[in-house]
Amino acid sequence: MSIIEFHGVTKRFGSLVVLDEVDLNIEQGEVVVLIGPSGSGKSTLLRCINGLEIISGGDLMVDELSVNTGKTTLMNIRKEAGMVFQQFNLFPQMTALENVAFGPRRSRGVSKAQAQEEAMALLVKVGLGDKANHTPGELSGGQQQRVAIARALAVKPKVMLFDEPTSALDPELKQEVLSVMNQLAEEGMTMVVVTHEMTFAQQVGTRLIYMEHGRISVDGNPRDVIANPPSDRLKDFLVHVN
Amino acid sequence: MEIDWSIIVGFIPELINGAKVTVIITLSGLIGGMILGTIAGLMRAYGNKLLNSIAFIYIEIIRGTPIVVQVMFLYFALPVLADVRIDPFAAAVLAIVLNAGAYIAEIVRGAFLSINKGLSEAGLALGLPYWKVLVYIVGPVAFRRLIPPLGNQFIVSLKDTSLFIVIGVGELTRTGQEIMAANFRAVEIWTAVAVFYLIMTGFLTLTLRLIENRMRIL
Repeated sequence: MSIIEFHGVTKRFGSLVVLDEVDLNIEQGEVVVLIGPSGSGKSTLLRCINGLEIISGGDLMVDELSVNTGKTTLMNIRKEAGMVFQQFNLFPQMTALENVAFGPRRSRGVSKAQAQEEAMALLVKVGLGDKANHTPGELSGGQQQRVAIARALAVKPKVMLFDEPTSALDPELKQEVLSVMNQLAEEGMTMVVVTHEMTFAQQVGTRLIYMEHGRISVDGNPRDVIANPPSDRLKDFLVHVN
Repeated sequence: MEIDWSIIVGFIPELINGAKVTVIITLSGLIGGMILGTIAGLMRAYGNKLLNSIAFIYIEIIRGTPIVVQVMFLYFALPVLADVRIDPFAAAVLAIVLNAGAYIAEIVRGAFLSINKGLSEAGLALGLPYWKVLVYIVGPVAFRRLIPPLGNQFIVSLKDTSLFIVIGVGELTRTGQEIMAANFRAVEIWTAVAVFYLIMTGFLTLTLRLIENRMRIL
């Protein structure tokens, strides 16, 4: 069984078809990089995995659970699929430590002391052990995004979903986030990443998917695909992102 | 008649008693209004069609009619319609509960809906049920945004109690009216009454300022 399975997944917003019968299997340990022009459906595809978007047709299995089987299953899926957002979305009233400890406490029912201990370890891991008591407003964008990664990891997911994690960051801050992601990939975390960072795709990705008009148009090894784009449109796209 | 401020001194105990009634009506009315307003506001923001409609109709009825009419209805019309006896004090408190509740509902709804959707998505993505997202994430952030408009409503409600003179509740304005009827010292008495209101609203403003300073608006 693959960790994520799309079976003819369709997503419509009104009459607009955003995902058009997508079939896709993602295996444990893969680092899948999703690219494509805006409106191609890559973010929607990602958000369907943890049910932030409800699919309109087909079936989608995450860790052998179907997103179609109700709220409780959806909550269980979300515990296995952590998400990192473009705009970080840290809880502004909580410190970095409280942000990270929040998920395990409220979603996994871990004790406060244990949640805080693990949260501290995660903050150290993303290089922010000294910022534990700072609130998001006191952190730079790169630091906020690293806290957000730690917050998602704290729930101990099997998959991490990244929705343009560096798009809202200044160029000099992107690197600190990408290196944390790089480290995660090395530890064998299954990752699905929507990004325009082609260097990351090439160096860290194990699979590159190019989406167009709600469909997967190219799916292959990042190095091969980038070196020899199999379609002219992908070639054009790669010229524009670089 | 010559203006003689010293006559006020003799009436201070009476005015204080009136002010006490004003404070008690306002406080109990606002406590009820906060509960009712929070429930109605959340029904508007997150309720299904039925709950939303109920809250909407309630808010529209209250906002669309003057508070004097509301309290007259409670005191004079309600006993006729339903077989209940209601004393002026209870009618006054109930009027503030219902009236402030409607305005607070809109304040609560606005504050909750103003919270960036990304925050609740981040909470949901951690595997939390929606009610926990509201209680632990959206609620605390929304609460901070409630404080300034809520303070405004508290002051409005406090002053609205003066209208209950129409059903004969012995609050501050009524007390002033009674003293005035006996000695016709309009300038002195109404000045004193106004100062009493200013002290009460000033105290509210200061308290709210303190709370705002303690809690950063996020």
